[in-house]
Amino acid sequence: MAGSRPRALKLGGAALRLAGTVVLTIFGLLLVTFLIGRVVPIDPVLAAVGDRAPAEVYQRVRSELGLDQPLYIQFFRYVSAVLHGDLGRSVLTSNPVLTDIKRFFPATLELATTATLMGVLIGIPLGVAAAVRQNRWPDQVIRVLGLLGYSVPVFWLGLMGLVLFYARLGWVAGPGRLDVFYEDVVDPRTGVILIDSALAGNWQVFSNAIQHLILPASILGYFSLAYVSRMTRSLMIEQLRQEYVVTARVKGLSEARIVWRHALGNVMVPLVTVVALSYANLLEGSVLTETVFAWPGLGQYITNSLLNVDMNAVLGGTLMVGVVYLVLNLFSDLLYRVFDPRAR
Amino acid sequence: MSEVVAARGWHAWLTAEAPASRLQARLVNAYATSLGFLRNPLALIGLAIVIALLLIAAAAPLLAQDLSLRLRPPDATHWFGTDELGRDIYSRVLYGARITLGIVTLVVLIVAPLGLFIGCVAGYRGGMLDAVLMRITDVFLAFPRLILALAFVAALGPGIENAVIAISLTAWPPYARIARAETLILRDSDFINAARLLGASWPRIVFLHVMPLCLSSVIVRVTLDMAGIILTAAGLGFLGLGAQPPSPEWGAMISTGRKYILDQWWVAAFPGLAICLVSLGFNLLGDGLRDVLDPKQR
Repeated sequence: MAGSRPRALKLGGAALRLAGTVVLTIFGLLLVTFLIGRVVPIDPVLAAVGDRAPAEVYQRVRSELGLDQPLYIQFFRYVSAVLHGDLGRSVLTSNPVLTDIKRFFPATLELATTATLMGVLIGIPLGVAAAVRQNRWPDQVIRVLGLLGYSVPVFWLGLMGLVLFYARLGWVAGPGRLDVFYEDVVDPRTGVILIDSALAGNWQVFSNAIQHLILPASILGYFSLAYVSRMTRSLMIEQLRQEYVVTARVKGLSEARIVWRHALGNVMVPLVTVVALSYANLLEGSVLTETVFAWPGLGQYITNSLLNVDMNAVLGGTLMVGVVYLVLNLFSDLLYRVFDPRAR
Repeated sequence: MSEVVAARGWHAWLTAEAPASRLQARLVNAYATSLGFLRNPLALIGLAIVIALLLIAAAAPLLAQDLSLRLRPPDATHWFGTDELGRDIYSRVLYGARITLGIVTLVVLIVAPLGLFIGCVAGYRGGMLDAVLMRITDVFLAFPRLILALAFVAALGPGIENAVIAISLTAWPPYARIARAETLILRDSDFINAARLLGASWPRIVFLHVMPLCLSSVIVRVTLDMAGIILTAAGLGFLGLGAQPPSPEWGAMISTGRKYILDQWWVAAFPGLAICLVSLGFNLLGDGLRDVLDPKQR
């Protein structure tokens, strides 16, 4: 009987099934990027040899690139190259795409992480407050924030933020990650400037980096905040209706303890899922935000390559984002299974 | 029927507990639904915004102003100021309504029937077909939408038609999911079994019995999705991959306005406000429709 199987075994089975789904999805991701790469109206052979090359040179290069093979063999080669960490070479930067991604990714990570932290630190208390006092002001605030969060274009909000806080008020630094003066001062150990400058003990660079980071991170953080607070609210409302809350009140527990310990404790697991999802969604917002703020991250790398028809870079970047997205979803799913007894 | 109406008025007829005819039953249902919708002020605001969008798109030539001086701040003649070529931003925003409406309509016309068809067939037929189709939707859902649309535009080339195709390619999976979930519930109900026993073929059952019943959830999803489609299209336009200047697409207008953002803020500000307002309208309308048409999703 399924119910009497040991827990570890059941979890193992679930993990196995999950791993199967992941492998299948990654295979699908690769198929999509591969096919997109084949649809491009640019002939890669012509791009390599130029349009004056004689027919035999054209044919030779074509077979060197493996383009004379049937599609499924080309796909097989593509998959094995990707699994060996070879995403091809970027035409624009003339580096291997993987090297580029390693260089650009930390900037996106820094931006998205700061934004998510802001969303969580403000969004969860706000959501709890709204659930406790339904239809009072925190509740209305969340409604409006949520509605605007689904309606405002992130790039426009970024531009307006630049006009107001940088150009008019001068509260924050302008586009880019650092002032030109501070660039390349700190040794890039992790690529995340805040950590690198802290490690090097260079607090001037650190504070300059914060001044540059604060506006784009707040803009992105707003979208995270809108989502997290909304979800916290509905999860908490559901918990506060439960009978154990009544029991706790009857026992004479303080209201603060009931809300923050008992009810919030019970929504922690789904809440982590929500946060992971919002983190994944910020990847998307970061493409546009990075363009507005000239933030040298993965999003800007993808769009720049796109405008220069640098397909290897575009597809490598897309694949990278897809994998990160998948990993975050997987992580939240796994967490749910491990910590929520009902999901077992 | 006429005796009841004569005796107790139309209101009683429309709210009858026991409708006497099929027509009356339908009207009673529609009346109750529309009352629910009319009681929701936010949904009405949303509806008003969407109707205003439709009117503006239709009447743009009548409302637009003449074009003369460049980069003028907003004043009495040029309500939203002028851009770098002296074009009146207010007039361009009005014409942009047509483009936005066009993109949204096209995407919805492609995506909703496609998703509905795939979802219903997968749900009704089950088995291998279902498994394969659902894995495909999984793969599409595994990419963030904008990034996938970017990759498709990269392959197809920039431009408004390709933007529509790219957005459609990324937008259908949720519809397929919804339609499939609904179909799974309907599949084993008595009236479907009855139709099957009468010898109806599966396409007949799917097209005539299952699909119409999945429509309301799909319509709700469409309205809630409109804002997302508008934002994605504007994002592509902003990145220079959607509609190309001089087209007055709102995203592309913001992209040009970006060059003058520090001194002439209005060039980018007003098209952005238009996007916000229209997305907000669709969101409010969608919320309202969901509450009325689909109470279980609340």
